[in-house]
Amino acid sequence: MEHARETTLTVNGTRVTRRIEARLHLVDFLREELGLTGSHIGCEHGVCGACTVRVNGEIVRGCLMLAVQADGCTVETIEGLSDSKELAPLQRAFHEHNALQCGFCTPGMLLAAQDLVRSGRKATREEIRAHISGNYCRCTGYQAIVDAIAEVINGPR
Amino acid sequence: MGRAELPLHAPGTRVDRGYIGESVPRPNAQRLLQGRGAFIDDLRFPRLAHVAYFRSPYAHARIKRLDFAAAQRGPGVIAVLDGRAVAEYCTPWVAVLAHLKGIKSPPQHAIAIERACWQGEACAAVVAESRSQAEDAVALIEAEWEELPVVTDMDAALAGKTVIHPELGDNICFRREHDTGGVDEAFARADVVVEETFHFGRHTGVCLEGRAILADYNAAEHSLTVYHATQAPHMMQDIFSRHLNIPEANVRVITKDVGGSFGIKVHVYPDEMATAAISVMLRRPVKFVADRLESFLSDIHAREHKARVRLACSRDGEMLAFELDDVTAIGPYSVYPRTSGIEGNQVVNLTGGPYRHQKYRAKMHVVFTNKNVTCQYRAVGHPIAVALTEGIVDLAARKLAMDPAELRRRNLIADDAYPYTSPVGLKFERLSHQRALAKLLEVMRYGELRAEQVRLRKQGIHRGIGLAAMIEVTNPSPAFYGVGGARISAQDGATLRLEPSGMVTVLSSVTEQGQGTEAVFAQIAASAVGVTLDKVRVITGDTGVTPYGGGTWASRGAGIGGEAVLQAGRALRTNVLEVAAAILKMDKAELDIVGNAIVNRLTLETKLPLAELGRIAYFRPDTLPLDFQSELTVTRHYTPREYGFTFTNGMQASLVELDPDSGFVKLLRHWCVEDSGTVINPMLADEQLRGGIVQGIGAALYEECLYSPDGQLLNGNLADYLVPMAGEMPDIVCAHLETPTRQSQLGAKGIGEAGTAGAPGAIMNAINDALAPLGARVTQMPFTPERILKALRKV
Repeated sequence: MEHARETTLTVNGTRVTRRIEARLHLVDFLREELGLTGSHIGCEHGVCGACTVRVNGEIVRGCLMLAVQADGCTVETIEGLSDSKELAPLQRAFHEHNALQCGFCTPGMLLAAQDLVRSGRKATREEIRAHISGNYCRCTGYQAIVDAIAEVINGPR
Repeated sequence: MGRAELPLHAPGTRVDRGYIGESVPRPNAQRLLQGRGAFIDDLRFPRLAHVAYFRSPYAHARIKRLDFAAAQRGPGVIAVLDGRAVAEYCTPWVAVLAHLKGIKSPPQHAIAIERACWQGEACAAVVAESRSQAEDAVALIEAEWEELPVVTDMDAALAGKTVIHPELGDNICFRREHDTGGVDEAFARADVVVEETFHFGRHTGVCLEGRAILADYNAAEHSLTVYHATQAPHMMQDIFSRHLNIPEANVRVITKDVGGSFGIKVHVYPDEMATAAISVMLRRPVKFVADRLESFLSDIHAREHKARVRLACSRDGEMLAFELDDVTAIGPYSVYPRTSGIEGNQVVNLTGGPYRHQKYRAKMHVVFTNKNVTCQYRAVGHPIAVALTEGIVDLAARKLAMDPAELRRRNLIADDAYPYTSPVGLKFERLSHQRALAKLLEVMRYGELRAEQVRLRKQGIHRGIGLAAMIEVTNPSPAFYGVGGARISAQDGATLRLEPSGMVTVLSSVTEQGQGTEAVFAQIAASAVGVTLDKVRVITGDTGVTPYGGGTWASRGAGIGGEAVLQAGRALRTNVLEVAAAILKMDKAELDIVGNAIVNRLTLETKLPLAELGRIAYFRPDTLPLDFQSELTVTRHYTPREYGFTFTNGMQASLVELDPDSGFVKLLRHWCVEDSGTVINPMLADEQLRGGIVQGIGAALYEECLYSPDGQLLNGNLADYLVPMAGEMPDIVCAHLETPTRQSQLGAKGIGEAGTAGAPGAIMNAINDALAPLGARVTQMPFTPERILKALRKV
C-alpha cells in the first residue's frame, strides 16, 4: 500500500522535503501537509479552477497534478504571492470593484488573472472573459471580476 | 442614486444618511483576497476524525445486508456505522408544516435504515483518521441490495401505480388549489385565450465550497460546538439540540467563511446530522465535507416543474384571468425543516402577480419520486412563476399583434394602486411596476433595439428581445415558517457596543455568505452612531455570541437584520450622548456625534473624542455623577409584521442572438431594473443582482440534473453539468428604483434573489422572439441547442 516518495520542492520561497504518498494531489499536499489552505478544492476534477497554483511560473490545477510530480519544482500559492505583493494591484482592484463575494474561487481567480497580467499585453473584455473561463465563480456575475482585471491590465476605464 | 428620506441625525446637522447609499468596498473581503479566510475545511483540530459516506448506488432498493468486516480492517479506520447505530444518537425528522395543509412526508433518518430511496442516499458511515482512508474503506463495504420499483417521472408519481412510501397511501406530498371564482366566465367572454405547457429542468446550486461541517462534542460538558457552513446558525442550534438530545444552551453553532450558499446551505442534511451524531458517539471532533460528486447527489436540487398556464385577454389586451396547473417532483422526502412544499406554493402565489387581473384559478401538486430531494434554492418558485407568467403574456401579445412592452404597460398594476391585494390574497405595500417598465425601456433603448432587430433579420441575423416583470418575496414575517410550527426565526437582532477606544462592535444574527452583510451592517452602524466606517467591526455567525435570529435566506438580511442594526445604532447613539452630557455637564440636546467625536449640535465644534468618552465611561466612571450608569452596549431586534412579506418588484430584459443552424444562443446583453427599497451599497447590490442573473441564465440555458429512467444521475460532475462561465456571460446593466418600505426606518427590501427570479423568463422570451419568424417555439428549460434544433425541426 505504501507508495511514498521523498520529494523536495520550493513552496513560496521555502524549501520543503517530505515523504509524499504518490496518489496525493498537489493541492491536498499544500493544504494538508503544509497548512496552506488558501488554495481551495472545488471539484477535484480539473474544471472549477479554485485550486489554481503556480508551478515553475505556469498556472496549474492543484487537483490535476500529483505532489510527487512537483519534485524539484518551485510552487507559488496565494499566500506567497500575497506576501510578495505581486498580487497587490489585482487584490486592490478586486476589492474596489467588489469582484468577489464568498471568496472561495478568489485565490484561483487571482492566479489566473495574474497570468494574464504577467503576459504584459493589453486585453479586451472578451479576451479577459476567455482567459478566466477556466475559473468558476458562482456568486458574482463575473462582470466585476472582468472590470477589476481590465483596470489592472489596461488602466482605469 | 436616489436617496430615501432617512433622518439619522437631527435636522440641521450635516450628516443625514452617512454611508447609506455609498458604494464602499467590503472591509472583510481582504482576508479572502489573500486566501486567509476560514472555511470549514481550513480549520485544524487535534484528534480530528474524518467521515465519508457509503451512498446507495440504486434509486430505490432494500438494504438486505451490509458487511463492514473488510472496511473495519482498513488503515486508519476508527468506526464503520450503519443507520441503526447512528439512530441511537440522532432522532429522525418529518418535514411538514401546519400551514401547508395536508402536507405529508415519512420520517427520515440521518443514515438510511432498511431502504434507500434515491441514488446517493447515505447508507453507512466510515470514520477514519483521514478523509482518504475513510474513502478507501467505504470502497471495502460489501452490500447486498434488493432493487425496488423506481418512480422517476412526475406523471407516473401522480398516477400512483407504484407508491414509494406505501404508508402514505400515494405519492402526493402536498396539493393546493386556489380559485377566486369567475374564472370560467372570464375565459368564456375573452377575445383571446392562450395556453401553453412549460417544463423546467432540475438544477442545483453548485456552491463552489461543498457542504461542510465539523462537529466537536465535549463529553465532560455534554456540549456540542458545530462549525457549520450554514445560512441559519440558530435554526441549526435548535435542530442539533432536539435531534441529538443536548440542551440548547450546550449547543453552539459557529459559521465562519462560507463558500457560497444560495439556499443550498439552509437545510438539514442527513449526512451532516450523522456527522454531528458521530462526534457525540466518538467523543471527538469529526469533519465532513461533501466532495463535488456527492454534492451533485446530495445537495438539494430545485425546480423540476411541469406547468400548464392559460391567460384570457380582451381584444384591447386587458388581462382577464389566469389559470395554472403545476406539478413539481421533489424526490422521496420533503426536506427538513422548511419542507419541499414551499416552491410549488410560491408558484401558485406568484403566477400572474405583477398584473392587475382579479380572476385566478390554480392547482398544484407536489409529488414524491426516487431522485435526490429538492427544496428551496435561490428565488424559490419565482423563476417558475415569472417564466410561466411572462411566457404566456408574450404569447398573448403575439396573438393580439401587440408589442409585448405595450401589453405589459396596459396591465401592470398602477403605481398609485397601493396598498394592493392580489387574487391570492397577497398584500403589496408599495410597488413601482410602471416606473420600472418605463425605466427599463429607456435604459435598454427598446425602440432602437426593435428597429435594429428588424434590420438584422433582413440580413439573416436572428435576434430576440425578451422582457420579464417580477414581484419578489423579501423580508418574510413569521407567516413564512413560524406560523406553520417551524422553529425558524423571522426576527433578527443586533448588539452594538462602544468600545473604550471609541470603536463600535456590531454583533448580528444575520450571517455573511459573501453577499456583504457585514459591510452593509457596518455602513448602517457607522451612520446611525456617527462614526467613520473604519471604526466599526462586525461579528456574525456564532450562536454563542450574537443575538438570536434567522440568518440569511429569503432576501431578508439587509431589510430585517439591517433594521435591527439601525435601531441599535440609534439607541447606542442616545446612550453615548447621555454619557457625554454627564461628562461635559451639558444638556444632551446640545450634543451630537459626528466623525468619531461628540460635537456641539449647532456649531459642530468638537467637544470630546469618542475614545476619550470611552476611557472615562469604562475606566473612570468614578468621575461621573453617583446616580449615573453608562450603558454602552445595546441590543435591538426587528421582525416585520405589518405585511406577510415585503414585496419588491423589478423587470429584466434580455437580448439574444440565435444561430438556427447550430441551435446556439448567444447572450448579447441583459438588463435589470430593480426596486428593492433603500439601496445601502449600490456596488454590492449590483453585483448581487448580476450574480443572481447569471444563476438564472444557467437555469435557462445550461443547467440540468439529468436522470435515467431508473433514477441514475447522468451528469453529476462539473464537466458534464454546465454552469455559466465568464466567456459566455454578457455585460449586465443594472438600474435601481427606490421605494423604501415604510414598515422600517431603514426602508430596505431584499435583493439577493431578484436576479435569479427574472432572468430565465426574460431569456425564454428573447429566444422565442428570435424563433418566432422561423415558426418555432421552445418551452422546456434549459434551452439547449438540441432542444432549439428540435423546435426548428432540424433534428
